[in-house]
Parts: sequence; structure tokens; C-alpha cells
Amino acid sequence: MHQLELRNIRKTFGNVVANNNVNLTLEKGEILSLLGENGCGKTTLMNMIAGIYYPDSGSILISGEEVTIKSPIDAFKHGIGMIHQHFKLVDVFTATENIILGYKEQGKFNLKKSAERIKEIADKYGFIIDPKKKIYDMSVSEKQTVEIVKVLYRGADILILDEPTAVLTPQETKKLFNVLRKMKEDGKSIIIITHKLNEVMEISDRVAVLRKGEYIGSVNAKETTESELTEMMVGKKIELNIDRSEPKNAEPRLIVSGLSTIKDDGLPGVQNVNFVANSGEILGIAGIAGSGQKELLEAIAGLTKIKDGKIEYINPENEETVNLCLKNPRQIRDLGVRLAFVPEDRLGMGLVGNMDLVDNVMLRSYEKGRSIILDRKTPGALTNQIVSELEVVTDSVHTPVRRLSGGNVQKVLVGREIASVPKVLMAAYPVRGLDINSSYLIYNLLNKEKESGSAVIFVGEDLDVLLALSDRLLVLNGGRISGIVDARTTTKEEVGLLMTKTVAHEEE
Amino acid sequence: MVEFVFQAISIAVIFLLGCVGEILTEKAGHLNLGIPGIMCVGAAGGVLGVVIANNVNGFLSILLAVVFAIIFASIAGLIYAFLTVSLRCNQNVTGLALTIFGNGFASVFVNSVIKIQGINGHGAMLSLAGNKFFMAHLPFADKLGDFGKLVFGHGVLVYVAIAIAIAAAIILSFTRIGLNLRSVGESPATADAAGINVTKYKYVFILLGSAIAGLGGLLYPMQLMAGTVGSTMSSTVEGIGWLCVALVIFTLWKPALAVPGSIIFGALYIFPTFLSKFFPDATFTFAAKKLFDLIPYIATIIVLIITSIMGKKENLGPASLGVSYFREDR
Repeated sequence: MHQLELRNIRKTFGNVVANNNVNLTLEKGEILSLLGENGCGKTTLMNMIAGIYYPDSGSILISGEEVTIKSPIDAFKHGIGMIHQHFKLVDVFTATENIILGYKEQGKFNLKKSAERIKEIADKYGFIIDPKKKIYDMSVSEKQTVEIVKVLYRGADILILDEPTAVLTPQETKKLFNVLRKMKEDGKSIIIITHKLNEVMEISDRVAVLRKGEYIGSVNAKETTESELTEMMVGKKIELNIDRSEPKNAEPRLIVSGLSTIKDDGLPGVQNVNFVANSGEILGIAGIAGSGQKELLEAIAGLTKIKDGKIEYINPENEETVNLCLKNPRQIRDLGVRLAFVPEDRLGMGLVGNMDLVDNVMLRSYEKGRSIILDRKTPGALTNQIVSELEVVTDSVHTPVRRLSGGNVQKVLVGREIASVPKVLMAAYPVRGLDINSSYLIYNLLNKEKESGSAVIFVGEDLDVLLALSDRLLVLNGGRISGIVDARTTTKEEVGLLMTKTVAHEEE
Repeated sequence: MVEFVFQAISIAVIFLLGCVGEILTEKAGHLNLGIPGIMCVGAAGGVLGVVIANNVNGFLSILLAVVFAIIFASIAGLIYAFLTVSLRCNQNVTGLALTIFGNGFASVFVNSVIKIQGINGHGAMLSLAGNKFFMAHLPFADKLGDFGKLVFGHGVLVYVAIAIAIAAAIILSFTRIGLNLRSVGESPATADAAGINVTKYKYVFILLGSAIAGLGGLLYPMQLMAGTVGSTMSSTVEGIGWLCVALVIFTLWKPALAVPGSIIFGALYIFPTFLSKFFPDATFTFAAKKLFDLIPYIATIIVLIITSIMGKKENLGPASLGVSYFREDR
């Protein structure tokens, strides 16, 4: 008997079919990965199990019995708990308050007793959690822990995790996987959604694949390969290799020397950073999250305070050297230095959720032109071009950006910056949360920029990709450069060491 | 001086109830700028209650006034709740419209409707002045001198108001209902996912907040016999209502702090009328007196500046205040 079984599930939103004819089973003590491209209905399907949406037709069975799940409460009653991609936590509450929120326990309302139970659960599975800590003081990984404990506190047997690793560092991911394995040993069933194929292979027993809302099939993780899974997802064989051409006419475009910045809270951002970015070359930036990647890029874009140092830009048109430290963000942008930064919440920087695609594209050009009336035609054409080239899934170019799925939002953001034909393109986490097909689209775009002679600076999370895409690799570590290596000859181990070595030094 | 403090407390309860009502509403995530209007409507309902019970029985007058004030205010609150919760209208626009409506309604109701019926609302309220049930206070208060007068010498509704504020503080901080309510105001999506009936909580606490504020509105014609049911009643109550909204910010959305906060506002509010007593030698022009009316607002702005600089999230009000919630919205 299956712990959970879905039969012929169908769900539509208006004219859009989100899920159709989905059959899925989950065994007791099993970790099942759910794979599929962006917007293929994975989250919708899981939301139906968690009681956020209600299926149009089909049935859900738990331990062989058909159940009706109309609300999250119903889901809890049947032992189902979901950890959403966007955490559902109240910022000003403590961990304990968040965990017991909405849970009708027997007996008196007693925060102390609840905190003790939380500690017990944490110890059992190896979580580290401070029940009295407020959510706004927590890191992303701590918040996720609260979400998981919340579900366990309610006695869930079936856990659904929606892209839990998208926001975690490799170390945090490792910790999470250890916890998941302990839960599995304890007899819990887990469904995990992730885009990272290596993680799928590492953690799951079985892999189920969705494509365009339909269930394609499931395979045992041990008996499959990454390319087979990709083929199931996309429906055709795709090339997972990145073409890396030799840099042509490489000449210095951006010379950063002795750069130090200060963060808003007065702490140092990057310290004494020196490097050169060449035209026709991709400079990769590696480092543990929060090592100063954001600060460095913002300093170049003119968005942050510079304490010390120089950023020189060599304009290819007239060979003039310009000190960017003396320019404001708009002047820097007009010189052709572009920044596409994809933050953890995707919408936080660069796009306005309530405005449509055209308006968002226009944000980069509205001040151009002499007429009082805005020119919408040119950005409109550009938007259509971005939509078709990057395969953005949207009803029309006049849909508010917040209605698009996360991956599509990103394509618009990155596409807009690339479309402006930049001389220096800085792309930070452009594939964050994107499925494999879209990721490669973006990699190819970056490569195209490089071949057309731009200096590309690429900040990424996935070391394999950084090594395959970059020409040179700059490693940041605690706000300082710990090394600049040739990406063609270096190894993952060497870079990993550069990423962590001074941190280890500081801990001593 | 004793008279000054005594009167300050008398008017402070109006601020207190209006403020606690608004706090409960805002904790549910709804910025009800209609509170001044709801207080006007509550006052009008109260006057109707007194008129109906006139010359029958002193106790009944009070009871009917309270009941009618609550009913009238709740209906106004229901209009607001239906528009902002169910129809998801803009809260600011709805609230402002309700305040304009409430002021107009009370004015028409008290000045015209009641008078056309040949009843003197003003006289009816004045009859309360001698109402022994309303003014009844603990017998030993008179024996304790000034202290007794200030602490125990008030009419019963003053203590009811303070009890409501304390009860609200306890519910918010120490009960499951309070935790749920705060989560609805902070992040309705989170509350929804946790299985809390967001719509129910919003309706219940908007109505409860409105009822409490309406009671506060009623206290104006009751507590200040001199102030009264004249043509200016509704506009004066509206003015007090706006101060209540400011007081919510001043007290950092904490009902317990609203008790001392409202006394401060009460004192500031009546200070201009006591100028000649405090400074018998000085003469103040009308304009100079009006300047003192500014003090509560300036104090609120200062509190806003201080809390913003301190940047403690708990003191900045509910995170989803003023944002309509729709489950399937992204």
C-alpha cells in the first residue's frame, strides 16, 4: 500500500491547464524527487496535496484511503506538511510562536512547554534551532529549519519541500540532506522539488518527472543518469555542454584597484580588491554566499559607498579612461556598464511586480527621447524580442511581472540588461532557481555577449558551471580576493579551498 | 490642578477607547481611517438611546445609550469590513469615505432627525448630568481627598474603558487568539497556510474594534456635558477620532501603553481651556490658543521619528497593514 497516491489529478486556472492526468505514488520511508522545467506545474501539484489549491478532478489517497483536502488544516490532519519556497513565517514572531501558529493543541496556551517540545524534535533529527530567536534575526537556512520543525511539530508523516536548496549554500544543503536522511530512517516520506540534478541523484530514492503539467514517469535514482532525466523533462535530447571559445582581442576594459567598500550597517564590504576585466572574456566570480559578491558589483555599478580605491573604465570608443567612482549610477549605465542582479527573492531588485513586461523593460530607457509622451513602441518591440528569444511563458507582454513564474521573471530581468548591448555585463546569479533548459539559454546568452566583445562578469553558485563557462575565475573570500585562477586548468578542489581557507583561518 | 487632571482623565477615556478599537482593527491588518466617522456614528446612536429612554429610568438611559452606540458603530464597521475584506477595496479610501459619511450622518441625525421628532437631544443628554447611575462612584472616594477623587472618583464607564484596554493587551500578548490575530495582520498568507480563518479574524476584530471606538464616541456627549449635543458635536468627535488614530502610533500599537498615552493626549487636549487658570496674568490670543492644539500631533510625529530611527520591527506596526489579502494572488 502506498503512503500517498494521486490518481488522474487535473487542475486548470482559467484557460491554462496547470496539471493534467497526473498519477503519482509515494512509499513510506522514501525520498521522491519531483523534476520538471519552470512552470510545468510541480508547485501547483504539491499545493493541491497541501490544501492550498483544490483539484478540478482526480483523487488523492493516503494509506489506500481516498481523502478530501480542502484546506491546509485538512492536510495537517492527514499528516501532510509542506515547506513552501517562499517561507510563510511572521517576521516579528519568535521561532516558537511561528511553529505553534494556528495549531490547536490540547491544553493551555504555554509557550515554554512548546519550546521544550521544539527542542526535543530538533535534537531527534539534528536541527539547530533557538526557539526564542525572532525570524528577522535569522539566516535563510535558519528560517527553513523553522519551517521544517513547524511541519514536524504537527506530526507530519509526509513532507513536501519546494526547492529547499535554491537559497542554501553547499554546506547548508549538506546539513539539510543529513536531516532528511534521518527523517527517512524514522519512516517519514518526503517529496522534494529541486532543479539541481546532482542533488537529485544524491538524495532521492526515486525521481518523478513532470512535463507541461503531465506526468511523464518515474525512475529509480540509482538506475538513471542526468542526461536521461533531462531528456524526460524537456522531451528531447539537449546538449548539456557549454561552448567555451578562446577569448578574442582581449584587452582591459575595467581595472579595479585597491577597492574597499562600507556596507549600510558600517561593516566593511569588500576590502582591497584588485582585478582587471577584459573584453571578450568571461570573468567568473566564485565564493560562499555573502563573501562580498553583491558589494563588489554594486560598487562597480555605483550603487554603494566606496571607501577607498579606484575603478577605471576604458571606453572602447575613444580609448578614454574614466574613473567610475566619480560617476553616478545613471552615468555609469550610460557608459555601457550593466548590472543584472537576481536576488534571493527574485523580484527584490530590478523589476516592479505590478508593472507589465513592457513597462519594466522601459525602466531602462524612459528618460531617452525628447517627446513629453513616452515612447512605448521601441521597448514594446524589444520586449517581444526578449519573450520570443528566451521563451518567456506569459499571456501577453502586458501581464504584470508578478504573475509570471519565478523563472520567467528572471528571463525578463536578464534579457533586458543583455538587450542593451552592454560593454561590461555583470550578471549575478542569473540562473538562480531556473530549470536546466532555461539555465543553458542564459549561459549561451552570456557566451554570445562575450563573443561580441563585451567584458562579462558572472557571479554564480554552481562551481561546475563557473568552471565550464568562465575564462578566468576570481574567488572571493570574506570580502577579499583569495585568488584569480585560469578556469581552464584549475580544479574544483583548488577553487573550493580558495573559497574557504581564510574562513578556516579566522575560526582558529 | 486636581480639576485639570480629573478632566484630563474624563476625556482620556474617549481617546483610550478610540485608540484600543483602532489597535484591534490594525492588528488584523486593516488601517481603519473610518474610526473618526465610526465614533461620530456611535455618539449619534448613544444620543438616540438616551432620547428613547428619556424620563423612564436613569439606568435604562445609560444601558440603551451604550447598546445603541455599539449597534450603530458595528454597522458602520460592517460596511468598512465588507468593502475592505470581502471586496478588497483600498482601505485608505474606504476609511476616509466612512469618516466623511459618519460625520455627516451624525450631524444630520442629531440636529435634524431628532429635532423634527420634537425631541431635544441636548436636553436629553443634559438630564444625564444628574443621573446618579452614570456619575455613581465608590463611596469612599470622597473621603480620600484629591487622590480619591482622581483614582476612584470617576463614573463607571471610565473603569470599563480601562478594563477593555487591559483585556485587549492580555488577549494580544498571552492568548492563542491574540497570536493568531497578530499573524493575520503581519502576514495573512502565513496565517492562511497555518490554517487560520483570515477572513473571520478580520471581520470579528474590525467589528469589535468599531464597537469599542463607537463606545468611545458615545462618551463624548456623556462625559463632557458642557461639550454636548450641539451642531458642533460630530465635528468635535471627528477631531478626537483623528487624534485616536495618531495615538495608536504614539502608543506603538500596545493597548497597555494606550492607558497612559490617552491621559497625556487628554491633558494636552484640554490644556488650552485651562490656560487662564495656569497663567492668570498672561493673555492669549485665539490663535495662540489654537497652537496648543498642535501638540498631540507634534508628539506623534516625534514618536514616529524615534521609532523609525530605532528601527525595531515590533514597534513599527503590523507588516501587512493596509494591504488587502487574496489567497490566489501572487
